[in-house]
Amino acid sequence: MTRLTLILSGLLVALFVTALLIGPAHISPGPSLRALIMGGEGPMTLVMREIRLPRALLGLLIGGALGLAGAAMQGYLRNPLADPGLIGVSGSAALGAVLAIQTGFATTWSLGLPMAALSGAVLGVCAVLLLAGPRGSSLSLILAGIAISALAGALTALVLNLSPNPFAANEIVFWMMGSLSDRSMTHVWIALPFILLGSALLASLSRGLDALTLGEDAAEAMGIGLRRMRLTLIFGTAAVVGASTAVAGAIGFVGLVVPHLLRPFVGARPGRLLLASTLGGAAMLLAADIVVRAILPDRDLKLGVVTALIGAPLFLHLIYRTRQDAT
Amino acid sequence: MTLLTLRELGVTRRGRTVLQGINLRVGTGEIVGLIGPNGAGKTTLMRAALGLIPPTGHSSLAQLAPRARGRAVAWLPQAREIAWQVDVATLILLGRTPHLATGQKPNATDRAAVDRAIARMDLSAFRDRTATRLSGGEQARVLIARALAQDAPLLMADEPIAGLDLAHQIGTMKRFADLAAEGRSVIVSLHDLGLAARHCTRLVVIDKGRMVADGTPLETLTQTLVRDVFGVDALVQATPDGILFQPRDIVG
Repeated sequence: MTRLTLILSGLLVALFVTALLIGPAHISPGPSLRALIMGGEGPMTLVMREIRLPRALLGLLIGGALGLAGAAMQGYLRNPLADPGLIGVSGSAALGAVLAIQTGFATTWSLGLPMAALSGAVLGVCAVLLLAGPRGSSLSLILAGIAISALAGALTALVLNLSPNPFAANEIVFWMMGSLSDRSMTHVWIALPFILLGSALLASLSRGLDALTLGEDAAEAMGIGLRRMRLTLIFGTAAVVGASTAVAGAIGFVGLVVPHLLRPFVGARPGRLLLASTLGGAAMLLAADIVVRAILPDRDLKLGVVTALIGAPLFLHLIYRTRQDAT
Repeated sequence: MTLLTLRELGVTRRGRTVLQGINLRVGTGEIVGLIGPNGAGKTTLMRAALGLIPPTGHSSLAQLAPRARGRAVAWLPQAREIAWQVDVATLILLGRTPHLATGQKPNATDRAAVDRAIARMDLSAFRDRTATRLSGGEQARVLIARALAQDAPLLMADEPIAGLDLAHQIGTMKRFADLAAEGRSVIVSLHDLGLAARHCTRLVVIDKGRMVADGTPLETLTQTLVRDVFGVDALVQATPDGILFQPRDIVG
């Protein structure tokens, strides 16, 4: 284990425990952790196990997944501006969720919204595969992703535009900002298999991503199967991003900024960046979710808003640094 | 031993035949210079032989499983891509990719191959530098070292010496000669016919997708062939010191 992995893991543990200890119910650290681990009757166990634990777990899972998918996407496209949302899966998952809210499907069945979002993600990934094909340049993948994102965005806007119900429209807008509040263990169980499967797929790309540093031709001649890599990347990203969007809404910037931020610390090696970025993404999302609850506890500040507020300036700083590097 | 066999190799793209009827056998200890004008099909020939573009006919390399092919031949494409700011030694270590099983870490053999490649390409001073911050010619040498670290019996290089300074052009051709002396072979495309005539043991001339000559430099590089294929009037002279090639003017 490298020093960076140790530092990030330590940070992650600290943030995870902090995330468990923060919330509107004021209970002191000792008893709350005891209630979490030992269980027992009473509201404290309920708060810890049914409210705070799923929230912290989702922060960990989704943040890690977004960080990993961002690192894999940037490595594959050999472009530091790539983002896991690039292949259009988050847009189409959001469209599925928006339709579920608008039609009332989300209220008739508690799993209606995440299931509709997952269906949207599946349709989105099918459309991307159909457009970009299993083999082709990275440009065709980017273009297909942009087209699907644009279409999903336009349809989402259409639903909002024609929404006869202002409450539904309000709910849609808030949902799209992304949040981890009021999630249950059910949400964790929905997202977990997809995120684990997708992460395993993305983690297997490590060596191929390293080889791609030399370009597609050289990598292929060294025995890297580009066709298989491309499919693994698309399905892996779709699984983690689809599941994340389904349970937490659209959370941007984690997959874009975290790999960029950590790249210098792994010697710019795209394979090693995968693990670092997973840990870093989880840390960033947990930190943002702590900020959400610590700064404006009673205003329901949305997580996606905070990640964008943290991410955008960081990104500007990184661009500035890259520019200095180039001169 | 035969390192590469091509039989009636051809490539058709978008209904246009860009390469046809290539028959070639490369044994050990050869430096095969692939020469021909722009667009003649040199790169296509090498990529088709590797199976990177689907060929018609037979290529012994294209039939191998991907990783086995990676151990049988090292391919150095013309485009010099280094996508990330990795250090030189790390980049050269990528050449060991086909030798590593899934999840296997590089061992002493791999590190030794990297060290040899660094020494061969005169890169010891750059070992820990960031590859993308080197000059174009230095990057080219790093990428050649990457292909050398692959330690394959056959090296295919697409214009590896373009953009190198004169000393490193000659130096690179001499490194190829070292490889040939070890019983490996090199197939190298290049435009400098003087260097080709002097350092290659064999020249294969490609023109309009066909092979028009194959033999020792002295046999192939005749005044007539240079005029017909390259449209250049040149002086070709065998001296005790090797072949002298001096282009004089374009014809017509």
